[in-house]
Amino acid sequence: MNPSNQHDEKKPFPWHLVFFLGPGLLIYVVFSVYPLLDTLVLSLYNEQQGQSHFVGLQNFITLITDDTWSQAFWNALGNNFTFFAIHMLVQNPIGLILAVLLSTPKLRLSGTYRTLIFMPTMLSVVIIGFVWQLLLSPIWGISEDFLYTIGLGQYFDAWLGKESSALITLAFISVWQFVGIPMMLIYATLLNIPDDIVDASVVDGANSLQTFWHIKLPLILPTIAMVSILTFVANFNAFELIYAVKGALAGPDFSTDLMGTFFYRTFFGFQLQQGSASMGAAVATLMFLIILVGVMLFLFFIQRRIQRFQF
Amino acid sequence: MKLFSRFMPSSGMRQVPKSVTIHAVLLAYTVIALFPIVVVVINAFKERRAIFRDPLGLPDSSSFTLVGFEQVLLRSDFGLYSWNSLIVTIVAVGLVLLLGAMSAWALTEYKFKGNLLITFLFAMGIMIPIRLGTVSILSLMVNLNLVNTLTALVLVYIAQGLPLAVYILSEFVRTIPKELTEAARCDSVSEYKIFFCVILPLLKPAMATVAVFTMIPIWNDLWFPLILAPGEETRTITLGVQQFVGQYVTDWNSVLSALTLAIVPVLILYTIFSRQLIRGLTSGAVK
Repeated sequence: MNPSNQHDEKKPFPWHLVFFLGPGLLIYVVFSVYPLLDTLVLSLYNEQQGQSHFVGLQNFITLITDDTWSQAFWNALGNNFTFFAIHMLVQNPIGLILAVLLSTPKLRLSGTYRTLIFMPTMLSVVIIGFVWQLLLSPIWGISEDFLYTIGLGQYFDAWLGKESSALITLAFISVWQFVGIPMMLIYATLLNIPDDIVDASVVDGANSLQTFWHIKLPLILPTIAMVSILTFVANFNAFELIYAVKGALAGPDFSTDLMGTFFYRTFFGFQLQQGSASMGAAVATLMFLIILVGVMLFLFFIQRRIQRFQF
Repeated sequence: MKLFSRFMPSSGMRQVPKSVTIHAVLLAYTVIALFPIVVVVINAFKERRAIFRDPLGLPDSSSFTLVGFEQVLLRSDFGLYSWNSLIVTIVAVGLVLLLGAMSAWALTEYKFKGNLLITFLFAMGIMIPIRLGTVSILSLMVNLNLVNTLTALVLVYIAQGLPLAVYILSEFVRTIPKELTEAARCDSVSEYKIFFCVILPLLKPAMATVAVFTMIPIWNDLWFPLILAPGEETRTITLGVQQFVGQYVTDWNSVLSALTLAIVPVLILYTIFSRQLIRGLTSGAVK
């Protein structure tokens, strides 16, 4: 654009680079990288009457130790780990089983099953939350009737309304919706396993369970690790399901509160408590750290385990 | 199938052919996956009394009604919400594709200072959720006077979608033979022309995969519409349904119809694009 500048340099200024990379990078930095860094900085400040001043780690100390704050924080964090544990113990094993069944050689209709089982994953978490709220509603009674038909009627309860069961029920709703993701990813890896490896083990007299355990499982471990990381990040970032079914207060009595809903309430306020940008930023920073540590731990441990299997 | 299973020394399940068991399990899970959605959709077309008396029955001539849909369209602006969602999704996905392809091209084709840093910066965005920066995004939008505009949503969704787009498209750019671009350069074709006339057409299949992956989270998002654009004029379909159901929670016809209106278009689109999506998921584009 400015020829006089170009004469001084050995090479012409790479305008094409600015053209190709500039717009994308600009939007990404302004609306994603900068806000994230700014949030981390903001968590070290305190805002009072429009004045913000540096308070160091005070916001975090308040969150973790202050009577009113810490109770809510630890509750949300604990719930979030329960939520995650249920996904790891239920969603991913079911996804694995479905993927193994789908990858059976010459299985008819396998494409149809795949498409249909993946369907709920496509819908909004909000919609799914409402759908299950209706299905589990004692007023409508579909679930109750169903349980009576299979002889388990006495176990029916207003699961979503009880403190002891609401969180677990919501976790199962989420598992039901997202089981398609581990299924698809593991299925894809299973398809890529070369046939001769499997054939060789069959020739050697391994039954299908042995083939799975000794041949296929080690080969899909990296995918399972990736699924675990994805699950972890998604769970510690979850908000919509709880907000749709239980509202920002994550009732009954905060028993379904996750980090996402806690963040939302801290930032925007609720009932008598005023919202606070700096406290909100502090909660977001903690979520950031949790996700970062989780990702690192997974990468570290899983990477080592996988290496042992690769020979 | 039978022959095949006889060759395999199976443990247990010896009486039943293996494929029958497999079909039974998969069929059972398919029913579990679809049942809740089907129940909601069929009951949306039934009268209130039929909804409660016979929730699993199909609507017949005596119970069929569209009163729920009428109520939804009367009490809320579903057309507008869908339009908003459509505009935001199309513009954001379009720009993610274009800017993502351009960035991916620049990062894989040219060697320059800061290349590694920028690549790493984009890679971080795949794992770190953008909503953790919400506090600052909101104040940024307030300063830019963009609160309650669709532009705010589009900008945030571009930033949200770019990292994965850059990653997937970079992988594809790497598979394009060098000779192609070098030949073009020998003919002194400009860098811009090389990208738009040679590279971009080759990226089409990868871009289709990226489009599907980017589209779903944008269309389904509640968080940013709730925070950045909650106003009646800019409400997206997901937020609109959430607000509507929250407001008319006791009106079963309306609630079921609102959910059906939100579900059915997505399912139609999914049926059309499922092959594309599944090919994308299983082709190893996201590994």
